[in-house]
Amino acid sequence: MTVMMFRDALRQALREEMQRDPRVFLLGEDIGRYGGAYAVTKGLLEEFGPQRVIDTPMSEGTIVGAAVGAAMVGGRPVAEIMYVDFMAYAMDQLVNQAAKIHYMFGGQINVPMVLRTQQGTGRGAGAQHSQSLEAWFTHIPGLKVIVPAMPDDAKGLLKAAIRDGNPIVFLEHKGLYALKGEVPDGDYLTPIGAARVARAGDDITLISYSRGLHIALEAAETLARAGVQAEVIDLRTLKPLDLDTVIRSVEHTRRAVVIHEAVLTGGLGGEIAARLCEALFDRLLAPVQRVGAFDVPLPANSRLEKLIVPDAARVVQAAHTALSYSRSA
Amino acid sequence: MNHEFAVQALRHMLRIRLFEERTLEVLMQGKLASTMCHVSIGQEAVAAGVCMAMQPQDYLTSTHRGHGHLIARGGDLGRMMAELMGKETGYCKGRGGSMHITDMALGHLGANGIVGGHIGIAVGAGLWSKLSANNAVTMCLFGDGAVTEGVFHEALNMAAVFRLPVVFVCENNQYAMSLPWSKSTPAVDFKTRAAAYAMPGIDVDGQDVAAVYQAAREAAERARRGDGPTLIGAHTYRFFGHSRGDPSAYRDPEEERRWRERDPIPLFKARALSAGWLSQDDMAALEADARQAMDDAVQFAEAAPPARDAVAFEDVYAPSGAHSAERERQHSTL
Repeated sequence: MTVMMFRDALRQALREEMQRDPRVFLLGEDIGRYGGAYAVTKGLLEEFGPQRVIDTPMSEGTIVGAAVGAAMVGGRPVAEIMYVDFMAYAMDQLVNQAAKIHYMFGGQINVPMVLRTQQGTGRGAGAQHSQSLEAWFTHIPGLKVIVPAMPDDAKGLLKAAIRDGNPIVFLEHKGLYALKGEVPDGDYLTPIGAARVARAGDDITLISYSRGLHIALEAAETLARAGVQAEVIDLRTLKPLDLDTVIRSVEHTRRAVVIHEAVLTGGLGGEIAARLCEALFDRLLAPVQRVGAFDVPLPANSRLEKLIVPDAARVVQAAHTALSYSRSA
Repeated sequence: MNHEFAVQALRHMLRIRLFEERTLEVLMQGKLASTMCHVSIGQEAVAAGVCMAMQPQDYLTSTHRGHGHLIARGGDLGRMMAELMGKETGYCKGRGGSMHITDMALGHLGANGIVGGHIGIAVGAGLWSKLSANNAVTMCLFGDGAVTEGVFHEALNMAAVFRLPVVFVCENNQYAMSLPWSKSTPAVDFKTRAAAYAMPGIDVDGQDVAAVYQAAREAAERARRGDGPTLIGAHTYRFFGHSRGDPSAYRDPEEERRWRERDPIPLFKARALSAGWLSQDDMAALEADARQAMDDAVQFAEAAPPARDAVAFEDVYAPSGAHSAERERQHSTL
């Protein structure tokens, strides 16, 4: 175990996988000499050379397209898109190409690629650099979508993603890069599609991922002081979604809140709430609550930005709403 | 140019023509599994010339109008027809249909239904060829409609700046669905366009299989020796509409007549005969062979049972970690 920052854990995963497998290479904008816009790839150019850490022109569509093509013929590309917002430029390559190729071509070929990008608020970066767009990707069969919240999972999931053999969207949160945590040394893998109980509790389940997990944990502390024991689940992967872990928890607590930084409409919260209703309608004591961003673009103003996205106070309030229902069952 | 070349060129073009004529027939008989089907009749010389310039280890990316590309690359007519008829013995288990017909074992990286969507994939294949020094060239075929998509610019620029072994071939059939080339762009030649990427640009008569082959071969050699990509504009014509149910009302009948006079198959036959590359008997034998192959293909496809229902739900994901063995097997068969 070594204590390190989230970004260092990601770098360690990239380095170890590049050492393990000569087919693994990185491509993206400013990932080489500059070290990545958020310094994830810093030093890798010096270590592995320009054949394996490739600075590309500003061409998001073709960064992703080239990753798809290289993956089809023998490479193991890890592409970086600097901001998830820029994926709007590259959606054809991801959605119509990467996600469809294995199925559409009758299983003749795989697309073993990882698309790393980062999203979320916290830097007052404005409407075009702060969105949380995971729901765009979870809507597409053929993709896997990973959303780590902790440094150990950042490492374990990125290594697992590189080895998976399918197109994977790996969504980092810009507000987590400096987060410190214990990270296992050596070949540490976190299974894709497995959620984790981040905190045990009996009274209500808070379900989240990425930076939302930390908001949920903070809310759980507040709730504990009020005598409410919240269980907190870190989904870690959104597609495939580990519903078993979620259902097991909510079956016990009978109340749930889903928290995410993405806007509420069309977000994962709606999906999870629907699944919980289908599975546990008779068991639930309250409607599943959702806490997400309000349906507005994000302003380039850190103070105003905070008004839009969830915080622990809103999660606590939602939990109390869920707890206020009493239903004889 | 010699007898061997002429046999291959005519063989490919006849097979493409007969396959597509037969495809239209079975389509009218209601035997195809999908309503989506685009034929390339009139454009056979481009497919044949480009694919003949390829080596076994090379890659190819193709379009929604891609039957000819796969046939000229050596695709099996029976498995192709089975794919169109939605049979599990088809190339894509009956799930891809005409627009996604593919044989990965031939280095064919897929017929693509998104106009221009595969140009970036070709750049990726070329990038991996450069990184892994696998000596493969990627032939990237696309239509004139793709030239005005944004990814075209990105992809050509990236291939040029990295000097990738990719040959970009625009199969300019003059119409992006209904829009004529002259209304798609004011820069109608490819030499000028290529100059923007500091790569060689060649405009070639797409009805002349020998000219297409020559241009493609030179470009492939340039790519293989590390001198980077080339942009070829092969000017040709789509004899039929965009798809079934398109009567091409937007085209001038006189224009159609002029192009039909330049049908690549009779043009090449006349040339091969006068140059002494082929005799009348050679040509009759090739024709008979292609007809037999086509009859066999339809028979193979019709005899196969329809795809199981389960095929609809399979292969959404590849088994985790199973990838490398599968791919290495594919590549070892090249």
